Amino acid sequence: MPINKIVASFDEAVADIEDGAVIMVGGFGTVVSTPSLLLEAIYRKGVKNLTTVSNSSGFGADVWRMQGAPFPEDMDILVRNERIKKAIVSAPVSALYVNNFEKLLRAGKIEIEMVPQGTLAERVRAAKAGLGGVYVPVGIGTVVEEGKEKKTIDGREYLLELPIKADFALIHAYKGDRWGNLVYRGTSRTFNPTMAGAARVTIAEVDEIVELGELDPEAIVTPGVYVDRVVARPKIAPAEEAEITDAQALESRRRYEAEIEDSIKAAKERGLRHE
Amino acid sequence: MSDDLQGKQRLDRQIIALRVAKEFKDGEVVNLGAGIPMLASNFIPAGREVVFHAENGVLGFGEVTLPGEGDLDLVNAGGQTVHPQPGMCFFGHDESFAIIRGGHLDISVMGAYQVSEKGDLANYMIPERQVGTIGGAMDLAFGAKKLIIAMNHTTREGEPRIVKKCSYLITAPNCVDLIVTDIAVIEVTDRGLILKEVAPGWTPEEVQSLTEPKLIVDPDCHDIELM
Repeated sequence: MPINKIVASFDEAVADIEDGAVIMVGGFGTVVSTPSLLLEAIYRKGVKNLTTVSNSSGFGADVWRMQGAPFPEDMDILVRNERIKKAIVSAPVSALYVNNFEKLLRAGKIEIEMVPQGTLAERVRAAKAGLGGVYVPVGIGTVVEEGKEKKTIDGREYLLELPIKADFALIHAYKGDRWGNLVYRGTSRTFNPTMAGAARVTIAEVDEIVELGELDPEAIVTPGVYVDRVVARPKIAPAEEAEITDAQALESRRRYEAEIEDSIKAAKERGLRHE
Repeated sequence: MSDDLQGKQRLDRQIIALRVAKEFKDGEVVNLGAGIPMLASNFIPAGREVVFHAENGVLGFGEVTLPGEGDLDLVNAGGQTVHPQPGMCFFGHDESFAIIRGGHLDISVMGAYQVSEKGDLANYMIPERQVGTIGGAMDLAFGAKKLIIAMNHTTREGEPRIVKKCSYLITAPNCVDLIVTDIAVIEVTDRGLILKEVAPGWTPEEVQSLTEPKLIVDPDCHDIELM
């Protein structure tokens, strides 16, 4: 029988994710690297008390709508709706504004385990690769070393970092086929291929499903063996009429963009602009 | 600190970034953190090939685009869209941090809340909010061959950010090599902090009065050179 990992809908793709599940969520911080529609489907399903593993805790849909992203939901949809019991995360809060995660943290409504970003990647990879842990130098002499086994190897101190396993890994890729082979687009690769295969079930949200054989075998980034389900985004984004409400986030974004413009101007004035 | 120093002209963020960019040599691999450091990618003279790395899995990208003009799948670690350029390549997060942790970066530039005279760095706990984000900062501080800090010399209240011992939780011990501020350029060495350059109109004594540990004034200490 032909292998077919393609599922018809996002709701079907997440149908067996239950309360209390441990879920990994791919992406970096930008919404385009995130499995937005899988996150929306989990929200719709109503599951709670999740343990999440992700790089960031999201910026919220308003910020991304302003940038014109067609699918604007990120981790914030689970944060602001209080679906998360514990977050294993590298970049939970913003230096620029107080995000929803920080509000929950202050209110004592969410547990956190903060992990250096590279250590997070390596702990996830350890789970995927069947390792019992990895020795990592990052964090020696800081709070990160607390409670961890130390080992000196070739004169340098390392911490034993344990694998992070999950029930489900939700990832976003550019193209996928019915075997689950995946390719990504630009800087939206991030944690997605790292997390593929690190959970009991890996679900890939793709921009486009292609015929088997269409992806160049030399260029496939995630071998289909790591992927259990593939679900495609709709071709045309649903119309977004929603009002943008998070004034603080928007103001922060506006200042950020103004600085880029200033910087380009400063470079031009000194003859340093080449584009 | 005295009121006359409080009101004295300092370098703005763009000029600090311009000074930082002067450190990048031909062929070096450089990672830029959020804030002032990221601005430095705009200040590379024509003909100098610097390879920029960003944690989100890219090496060799070009200048930042105007907001709204770039491809959202081609961004630096601050989410700013950048121009593609020949030689650029993409990779996943484990590879990205193998590059950082494995010692394959020549230079990392970050912001900071405090730097100690031993080169300890505190830049992840937001002091006034008692929360923080480690992100890639620890990996970069441990992994880069050279760590440059770009920051304001004092807090908004005028307190020194260059201190004898960090009062905030540290990101990494003994990791900073060079500090570029809005009034000075300071090298961190085994001998102590060496004042190399001062902002126009500033004297070494004035810089010292806003710095907690004792500075060693380099015999060749001069005005900040930008290009």
